[in-house]
Amino acid sequence: MAEQQTELHKELDHSIEVPAAEKKVFPPFDQTTFESQLVWLALTFVLLYVVLSRMALPRIGEVLEERQDRIQRDMDEANRLREETDKAIATYEEALATARKKANEIAEETRADLKAEIAKEQQVVEDKIAAKTSQAEASITAAKEAAFSEVGKIAQATTSTIVEKLLGTSVSEDEINKALN
Amino acid sequence: MASEHGGNTLDPIHQFEIQNIYPMEIFGIDASFTNSALYMVLTLILSAGFLIFSMRGRALVPGRLQSVAELVYEFIANMVRQILGSEGMKFFPFVFTLFIFVLFANTLGLFPLPMVFTVTSALIVTFALAMLVMVVVVGYGLYKHGLGFFKLFLPDVPVILLPILVPIEIISFLSRPISLSLRLFANMLAGHVALKVFAGFIISLGSLGTLGILATVMPFAIGVALTALEFLVAFLQAFVFATLTCIYLRDAMHPSH
Repeated sequence: MAEQQTELHKELDHSIEVPAAEKKVFPPFDQTTFESQLVWLALTFVLLYVVLSRMALPRIGEVLEERQDRIQRDMDEANRLREETDKAIATYEEALATARKKANEIAEETRADLKAEIAKEQQVVEDKIAAKTSQAEASITAAKEAAFSEVGKIAQATTSTIVEKLLGTSVSEDEINKALN
Repeated sequence: MASEHGGNTLDPIHQFEIQNIYPMEIFGIDASFTNSALYMVLTLILSAGFLIFSMRGRALVPGRLQSVAELVYEFIANMVRQILGSEGMKFFPFVFTLFIFVLFANTLGLFPLPMVFTVTSALIVTFALAMLVMVVVVGYGLYKHGLGFFKLFLPDVPVILLPILVPIEIISFLSRPISLSLRLFANMLAGHVALKVFAGFIISLGSLGTLGILATVMPFAIGVALTALEFLVAFLQAFVFATLTCIYLRDAMHPSH
């Protein structure tokens, strides 16, 4: 058992020893390469910093700023135009309202005028009709009266003729009138 | 020899090895151009190139590339503005550089390019970046508030609790660069190891004959899914790094909680 263990130890020692002798250190921890890496890192990093901070970044920043300015300007312009449009719409609406009011007023006025005129015309016509009616009534009355008076005469004449024919003698006018009335 | 070579390509750790391309030494400092340096330079060229090339039109209505560049810019700018306020915008180039550097370094490592190396899978690089953030935080805090910066370690609590809380605040502050660098490093390392392991399965299974070739479908599917996940992680870790940088910078701007 103990023998076996020592054997195992020997084997383990051997397996550790052989690669340690053959292989180098784990490369990232190999100190012999540190110096050159640091030199080149310093060189490239500083150069990159200078190139970026002096050239590349200001240029990108400029382009972005320019775009931002342009967008801002366009937005301002758009806002200004919108305000103008709003103003124009307000003016238009106001004018429209005024026009509508005026149109209403004119219509109202015209309507009143027409009504007055119609009333006047109606009055004139009615007056004329009334005059004609009264005139006609007067002439009718006159004609009626005339006719009535004629009727008396005709009745007298007719009566005297009939009496004459029946009696063979003429009757005096007074008598006939007395009989008729 | 052949088996050793095969072992190298299947070894998931092999990809993190620094390979010397052009050994150099400047003033006694090792400045060898390695695969890591190559991908740092590529990160620099591609990120700066993209940001400059995409904006060449300066179009009022952006095209596809310009939209992407503007999107990234606005994304980071909004983040900085939200966390640090408009006076914190002076840190914007710094945070943006960190974000874009980490993002490109992370992402580049996922492409099958020659000598591909993920810059951010080296602990020294992420630690250097984290220390840079800490130096900026402490430097700006001391410059702006003088000794008032140390109010950062004095939470607004009853005096009796201070002996307990001040050490906690100091420890939490000191652990920031460690957590910041380890988070990024470990995410990149683990992701690449997992990708390599599953890709290795495909090769090992493929050498087992017809049945093995049929079985490669599974590690292949997992590899595809992992690749997608790694792209997400690459972006997420860059974002986390930038966000935490902003949060630490806020402490430097307003130390008294």
